[in-house]
Amino acid sequence: MTHRRDFIKTAGALTAAALAATAIPRQASALFGAMPTSAPLPEMDAAVKELLLEAIQAAKQAGASFADARISRFMQNFVFTREQQIQNTVDTETFGCGVRALVDGTWGFAATQKMTKEGVAKAAKTAVAIAKANRIARDTAITLVPTDSHPNASWRSDFTIDPWTISVEDKAALLLKANAEALKAPNVKFVFSALFFVKDERNYASTDGSVINQLAVKSWPIIQATAVSNDRTDFQNRSSPTAPMGRGWEYIIELDLPTVARTTGEEASQKLSAKPVDVGRYDLVLHPTNLWLTIHESIGHATELDRALGYEANYAGTSFLAPPEKMLGAFKYGPEIMNIQADRSQKGALSTIGYDDDGVKPEDFMLVKNGILRDYQTTREQAGMLKWWYDKNKMPTKSRGCCYAQGWNNVQFQRMPNVSLMPGERDLKWDDLIAATDRGIAILGDGSFSIDQQRFNGQFGGQVFHEIKGGKIVGMLKDVAYQIRTPDFWNGLDMIGGKSSYEIGGSFFDGKGQPGQSNSVSHGAVPARFRNVNVINTGRKA
Amino acid sequence: MSAPMSRDDAQRIIERAIKMSQADGCEVSLNANVTGNTRFAANQMSTAGEIEGSTFAVQSAFGPKHAVVTTDDLSDASIRRAIEQSEKLAKLSPDDPEAMPSLGPQTYVPVNAYHEATAACSPADRARAALTALEPARKAGNVSASGFIVTGNNVSAFGNKQGLFAYFSNTTANYTLTVRTADGTGSGWVAADDHDWSKLDYKSVSERAVDRAQRSRGAVAIEPGRYTVILEPQAVGDLVELLIGYIAARSADEGRSPFVKPEGGSKIGEKIMDSRVNIISDPADPQLGGQPFDGEGFPLGRQSWIENGVLKQLFYSRFWAKKQSKVATGFPTTVKMLGGTTTTEQMIANTERGLLVTRLWYLREVDPRTALYTGLTRDGVFLIENGKVKNAVRNFRFNESPIFMLNNIEALGPTQRLAGTENGGDIVMPVIKARDFNFTSLSEAV
Repeated sequence: MTHRRDFIKTAGALTAAALAATAIPRQASALFGAMPTSAPLPEMDAAVKELLLEAIQAAKQAGASFADARISRFMQNFVFTREQQIQNTVDTETFGCGVRALVDGTWGFAATQKMTKEGVAKAAKTAVAIAKANRIARDTAITLVPTDSHPNASWRSDFTIDPWTISVEDKAALLLKANAEALKAPNVKFVFSALFFVKDERNYASTDGSVINQLAVKSWPIIQATAVSNDRTDFQNRSSPTAPMGRGWEYIIELDLPTVARTTGEEASQKLSAKPVDVGRYDLVLHPTNLWLTIHESIGHATELDRALGYEANYAGTSFLAPPEKMLGAFKYGPEIMNIQADRSQKGALSTIGYDDDGVKPEDFMLVKNGILRDYQTTREQAGMLKWWYDKNKMPTKSRGCCYAQGWNNVQFQRMPNVSLMPGERDLKWDDLIAATDRGIAILGDGSFSIDQQRFNGQFGGQVFHEIKGGKIVGMLKDVAYQIRTPDFWNGLDMIGGKSSYEIGGSFFDGKGQPGQSNSVSHGAVPARFRNVNVINTGRKA
Repeated sequence: MSAPMSRDDAQRIIERAIKMSQADGCEVSLNANVTGNTRFAANQMSTAGEIEGSTFAVQSAFGPKHAVVTTDDLSDASIRRAIEQSEKLAKLSPDDPEAMPSLGPQTYVPVNAYHEATAACSPADRARAALTALEPARKAGNVSASGFIVTGNNVSAFGNKQGLFAYFSNTTANYTLTVRTADGTGSGWVAADDHDWSKLDYKSVSERAVDRAQRSRGAVAIEPGRYTVILEPQAVGDLVELLIGYIAARSADEGRSPFVKPEGGSKIGEKIMDSRVNIISDPADPQLGGQPFDGEGFPLGRQSWIENGVLKQLFYSRFWAKKQSKVATGFPTTVKMLGGTTTTEQMIANTERGLLVTRLWYLREVDPRTALYTGLTRDGVFLIENGKVKNAVRNFRFNESPIFMLNNIEALGPTQRLAGTENGGDIVMPVIKARDFNFTSLSEAV
């Protein structure tokens, strides 16, 4: 996963280099008029539909047994500021068509920006030609499990105010106001802040008879405050706990960024005088703003079927949850209280969508039930590989709806749904978990994160660390990172929060695949306590 | 075949766009790419594709107000809309007190990184290349090959209202291959990268990956701790390329970088690494072949960052250079760490106890004050004892800084163009031998 910090770095480079052609993420301008607020379900543009149907028809005529086409318009809007000045405003847009063709059990894909009937038909023929060229290297033929067709489907994400209707002046003014609040804290010398919006209009048609039109809006506010010690021997960063969400400007209003920024600045400042952590084993009380990322790395990626079967071996890696025959129904991920849901339906979450890029309408499913592994994330190409398991459990063999492509110019493959730790039965809260802990560390916010290619050994930081003694927070710590072995860590889970403590965290940039693609994904979590976790001190002298 | 956009076409589009501009300043960046890729995994063909695309980005400026708009539709109407939109956004934007005027016309070093063999590479060529791994792997029966072959034909151009025009065309060919043993205990990674497709030796990559996978089977767990390491160029690059994220002089001047001098300013001029360490950028270096200008059209030549262990230079943006009365450097597009004369075999022969490391994985910043990173070894770690490679060992997690590592150099070897960097780009690194590399825990991942 690419992290907020990397994003900040990229943003920094981007603003420094102004127009860095290679640095700017591909895309966009607000060529589109602003969407009215509370818009009705989108309708597919007639011309777009005509091109989609032309593309799949051309693929079929050229010999494809199955083909689908996607035409998408992906728009981004960024406003970057530092301290009391604007750094840049960027509007991006990309529009094009990608065609995927299955010929004699082999895939081909081609993408074009030539948005004419001839242009998309040529791409379709190229996709078929690539599939045919690959036939010489084929071994087992690729097959797809059936799915319902959705001949006239529409979906729209849960937003009420389109960020594209808000002026750049208002966006910049909000950020500068937030920055001013952060700068009030002692020693806070620098603040970076940004608003990042995405509008993703996806159109899909397949030879299975689906024609689907969807619109998703996503928003991510970022504030990072830096406190520098008076003698210049230390500096500390604090990034705001403002999750990216599948929502619109209304989310930004609700967050009250100036208030968030004040706390962010104060905590950056406090970190300068925090006590360096003593190395050792601690009980950790992890806040959802920290735990979402650990869930992402140690469960989200581990339960991807393509990884478990070796399809990502050359890049993202495989999974310790392999082979599925030995793991499903048998592997004890954690205790009874551990329930992990996968869904693409949570309101405001980033992976939420009406239909996936296989044309499948996703349903919620449990990856882990009462601590036992029950399922994997799948696409139409993969679901058949688990037929034995679904048959055994009297479940239909169908895709879990996890197919996704970043844009028109990327081929779709298995990507992560929202993967979340479900609340416990008792309505415990963050404070209850701390009160029940004798010697531990409470961690808020996501920091450094790294995990091996099979998802066993992970190391995670955080933003703010509080020392717990005798059920009370007694002071702030710094230089904390926890190291885990995934099965041991989750089996050390012994206390979780209830429904009212559930929060969603997430990222815009989860990387996977070759060529690399990024998707945005959310992870819901409740506060949770993990026993006896190894904590290291990351402070060194330069 | 030819580049996806000729120099004349790029210049024509940029000039036409600039003519439409009503702003004080107008900068246009243009990209055009044709890429082809073939993927295989678990001894099966996976996805394959060809993608054509272009991007037009315009920054309009009215005094200190500016905004960027990009589109990928290069029609006149679309370009006009993008320019109008950027002008509208710029006018609405608050003043940027750091805004700099556009550069005037520049001269650039010639770089030849375009190769016809790459531009002409077909899906069938890539499928045949994939077979050099798939056939032996299927035949062997006890290994599984997963690989990715990607070629690109790219153009990047930049122009502005002051008459600056820059154009660069290159081709790229990249092959990465992971071979895993069927028993799940061995994994070997080998890769190759060149601007010229015909220079990639697929067969050799395949043979070496199979060999490495077989040799890495049954890895033994040894205690984590500080070890002497011999890092292959990819492993060196995985850590050293991260230094690019810290090269802003401004961060050091502001007190928030590993290069902060407590008394004020940066450590430029101070010896911060072993005296054999030299790190440069040079688009014209034959191993690199990088873009000779940055995102502002600033000309890039040979730039020394670390010279004989001394921090020679940090990146000065035009604004920061002006403010600090320094000379702007431009932002580098290439990185090369110069090598030495010790071969990997000699390094091994001179090692009493150490580890030979293929590559590193999932590196993430742990502490920006020291550029401390955590990450893991991957796809082949071998124990060296008494001058000989003995057996494979389990992977480790490390917590290490490239700055610390480059202080602990024992020997430098031949350089290689990297194929597997997380961020891509033109990077060349040597084999190095370093002492006291800090491995902090074991990973059972293969």
